[in-house]
Amino acid sequence: MTTTLTPPDAKPPAERARRPRMPKSARAGGQLHGGPIAYAIMIVFTIVSLFPLVWTAIAASRDNQRLAQTPPPFWFGSGLFDKLEIAWKDANLGEAFLNTTIVAGVSAATIVVLSTIAGFAFAKLRFRGRGALMLIVIGTMMVPPQLSVIPLYMMVAKLDWTDQLQAVIFPSLVSAFGVFFMRQYLIQALPDEIIEAARVDGASSWRVVWHVVFPAARPAMAVLGMLTFVQTWNDFMWPFLVLTQMGNPTVQVAVAGLGRGYTPDQSLIMAGALLGTLPLLLVFAIFGKQIVGGIMQGAVKG
Amino acid sequence: MTTRHDTAAPPTEGGAAPGRPPGDAVAAQKERRRRERLSRRWQRDLRWSPYAFVSPFFLLFIAFGLFPLIYTGWASLHQVELTAPTDMNWVGMRNYTRLFDDDFFWNAAKNTLTIGIISTVPQLLMAMGIAHILNYKLRASTFFRVAMLAPYATSIAAASLVFVLLFGRDYGMINWALDFAGIDPLDWQNDKWPSQIAVSTIIVWRWTGYNALIYLAAMQAIPHDLYESAALDGANRWQQFIHVTLPSLRPTILFTVVVSTIGASQVFGEPLLFDANKGTSGGAEHQFQTLGLYLYEQGWVAQHLGRASAIAWTMFLILIVIGIVNYVLSRRLRASS
Repeated sequence: MTTTLTPPDAKPPAERARRPRMPKSARAGGQLHGGPIAYAIMIVFTIVSLFPLVWTAIAASRDNQRLAQTPPPFWFGSGLFDKLEIAWKDANLGEAFLNTTIVAGVSAATIVVLSTIAGFAFAKLRFRGRGALMLIVIGTMMVPPQLSVIPLYMMVAKLDWTDQLQAVIFPSLVSAFGVFFMRQYLIQALPDEIIEAARVDGASSWRVVWHVVFPAARPAMAVLGMLTFVQTWNDFMWPFLVLTQMGNPTVQVAVAGLGRGYTPDQSLIMAGALLGTLPLLLVFAIFGKQIVGGIMQGAVKG
Repeated sequence: MTTRHDTAAPPTEGGAAPGRPPGDAVAAQKERRRRERLSRRWQRDLRWSPYAFVSPFFLLFIAFGLFPLIYTGWASLHQVELTAPTDMNWVGMRNYTRLFDDDFFWNAAKNTLTIGIISTVPQLLMAMGIAHILNYKLRASTFFRVAMLAPYATSIAAASLVFVLLFGRDYGMINWALDFAGIDPLDWQNDKWPSQIAVSTIIVWRWTGYNALIYLAAMQAIPHDLYESAALDGANRWQQFIHVTLPSLRPTILFTVVVSTIGASQVFGEPLLFDANKGTSGGAEHQFQTLGLYLYEQGWVAQHLGRASAIAWTMFLILIVIGIVNYVLSRRLRASS
């Protein structure tokens, strides 16, 4: 290997490059400093990303007469909190939040646990049919969920679950992506010797899972849990089909319902949209770095 | 999380190779064998627990994935109404033949294709460019990454409703900005191309950042030696991008194309909520009705579940064809390089 090419950031100690975070990235990608154009593009893109969200709040803070004028408002009015309160009551958002939290929480927790044990089996255990079964898991990631909608709806109707939360929860308890994600993680993160050592000590498979696999998988479980939670929280089509807007709406169904009146109150709709998005934006503000890492990690190994 | 994972991984690989002193290993193995022989329960555990670990997933998958998939195909050969989903009358291929005679089906198929193209292509190209820029050393790069993932955290419902306002014909911000640039206002909800572009914009807005992160991850996995030797050969940055970055990203690009194609084939919430009349027809003249929306209209509004099943299976078959084409193309590409 020749070392004639000196990277531009080789001279200063470059603390950033030496952060333990993603050592590969620091070497391969972190080489070239971005110039002003790079910053300009990123700032423009950040504005485009965030503007519709900020503008949702602006529109929610204005009355409808102001929204029906040009130029559109670019800054906050005074009505934000009033509108949020009305939207909260009108769309029955309190109940919707509770429902969505239950749905997203239950399915995230189940998916994480089931994916971890199945991923562990695929990563570390030898058994007949392992390859074929793993192929099926990967193949199922390709099947569009819309294909299942009609029979699932029939099942739900037959069980008399329409409008009830379990109708939303049950079909979202499986995630092929989750199994794949945990398998990829555990192949690397769980040394075979630890499992063997536990076996030598007489641990049964279930004890190995409980005392070795779960602790080792915890970081990936957290990421998968957050990704699943976000996905379930934002899911629209299936809840829209099985929950009529009268009973047990999820947040997305409730928010969509706000826009469906005969004379839609635009600023009220925006207030509802804002409320429906806010909890996840908070999660992202707090765990953004981890979620970004999780998405990138799932991608690299995929 | 990535941190801990990446720093923890190398010792695993490195540590496994040298191994323990051979005497220890032999002793440990003997010990292990003895124990295994001793206990039948142990054997059974070793043998069957893997199946126990994967079975919850497969049981749920059969119930909520495989069975519905096959049942949809079965239902598509019947006349089934939403009002009495259990009464099924065998009609053979009639749902399909009627579907293929239906102008609205072809219209929806065409719309799905055009919306798919004008949402997926710019989305992936922009994601690639952004990933390339993020791959430079930037201050506040974490902030940029999180900020561009914010749309991903926004739901279809919220995003569509906001964009309806932004794309408003009379007082929408986008027409206002166009006016500023000297362009006549467009009727984003009623004219064919503007409405399709508007629906695609919602999709592009929500998913570009997500795809950029996926590309960025793949770019960071490219060994730097490749760039060094390309630079030694006199390749400039653009040539490096074309000859090093792009070929290394090929599997990732294929992955994102497949995932985006599947996503595009089932666009549903955006056109549903973008409709000014709050209907299921995708605009007054079906100008942005997608297959997903058409399926919903046939199944839940017209209440013909059998016909809706035929739409679902047609979508599935189209996806399989696209999948095969993708596979063949990628093999060709690999062979030619």
